[in-house]
Amino acid sequence: MCKIKTIHTKEITETVARLCIEANYYLGDDVLKAFGKGREEESSLTGKDILTQLLLNAEIAAQDQVPMCQDTGSAVVFLDVGQEVWIEGGNLSDAVNDGVRKGYAEGYLRKSIVGHPLNRVNTGDNTPAVIHTRIVPGDSLKITVSPKGGGSENMSAIKMLKPAEGIEGIKKFVIDTVKSAGPNPCPPIVVGVGIGGTFEKCALLAKEALLRELGHPSPLPDIAALEKELFTDINSLGIGPQGLGGRTTALAVHVELYPCHIASLPVAVNINCHAARHKEAVL
Amino acid sequence: MPQTQIKLTTPLSDETVENLRIGQKVLLNGVLFTGRDAAHKKMVELLDQGKPLPIDIKGQVIYYVGPSPAKPGQIIGSAGPTTSGRMDSYTPKLIALGLKGMIGKGKRSQEVIKAIKQHKSVYFAAVGGAAALISKSIKSCRVVAYPELGPEAIHELYVENFPVIVTNDTLGGDLYEEGLKIYAIK
Repeated sequence: MCKIKTIHTKEITETVARLCIEANYYLGDDVLKAFGKGREEESSLTGKDILTQLLLNAEIAAQDQVPMCQDTGSAVVFLDVGQEVWIEGGNLSDAVNDGVRKGYAEGYLRKSIVGHPLNRVNTGDNTPAVIHTRIVPGDSLKITVSPKGGGSENMSAIKMLKPAEGIEGIKKFVIDTVKSAGPNPCPPIVVGVGIGGTFEKCALLAKEALLRELGHPSPLPDIAALEKELFTDINSLGIGPQGLGGRTTALAVHVELYPCHIASLPVAVNINCHAARHKEAVL
Repeated sequence: MPQTQIKLTTPLSDETVENLRIGQKVLLNGVLFTGRDAAHKKMVELLDQGKPLPIDIKGQVIYYVGPSPAKPGQIIGSAGPTTSGRMDSYTPKLIALGLKGMIGKGKRSQEVIKAIKQHKSVYFAAVGGAAALISKSIKSCRVVAYPELGPEAIHELYVENFPVIVTNDTLGGDLYEEGLKIYAIK
């Protein structure tokens, strides 16, 4: 016998609203730690100075309860819905969007979404969110809100490699993507890499890779080694903080894998600016 | 790169601008005008029709910014720079009219770099994403043109010690290129 847990949509709305605000005001300790380490090791004085400004900026944002960046992002929301959860009170997507609307209004966050990609009229409330729902075992609902800035999202890329191109092809694609992005995604960046799956699965893997806590390598030894190698190569490019030269180009490289078709080797690179924001809650 | 820190007050003269070199840290004081895509488009449309601009940009500095909404009691919301490249197609015409400085983030086009050199102007980088910190240096803010554009309207900001880095100078120097050359490990 399994026990069904009931969660009301009101609670989901309130939680999403709170997470939108918290993600934009309070940068994670893992990112702050990475700034500190970068500043210590950075050989460019300009780069050191920029990292100092970023640490100070995060402190001011948290203290004054204001957004760390004026681009408060698209609201990307991950829902891990336990299969023993019953949602009452209405439509789950509406509950999430109500939360985004509330959080972006009450938190004085910028509304950056246009309702039609060609007509480009702002929806005025930062909805709709981009919602990724996963059904998982258990009787809880985990909500992760990850506000994603436009500048770094624009520098992301996906490529369907030939299996023969192998690990060298993957490394080249990742490095080329970061190199051509240069200063635009607001380095120091977090690089999320998806390898495998299908076209859309691969892009989602890259996005999920950005949610991993910085400083935690992949549990797979060969992938942890690849992450380390990519990290070293990216930080040898010379791009540096804000692209003004230096050695702190990436704060971390995270790689996620998924099985794929015998004919395919998809690779996706999702770049996050230094405002590597996400907050989660479990209901 | 040199780490001298210079205090400047706007409007900027040709002589001031000519003395700036890439990599220098500058604290800007005085008036800055905000403007991004929509305001630039409107200004250049006026120029193409032979009409005057709504603001006199001679000697002035434009900051590419679209702030977050101000909280009650705040002068302005978080106000970090936006990507300058989107303004590149409009910028040379404004530089030719006497615009002496721009603040944003990211590389400029060859046309902008050429106009900076030819007409004596300067491009400063502000730290992208340091928006809460930057807004502390903004002491007043009022709309002076195109109120219909909302957050994209042209605002006149009065700033104190607004931190920027000289990124393109009148000698044709480009810190994005130089920085890469110095710090890339082959």
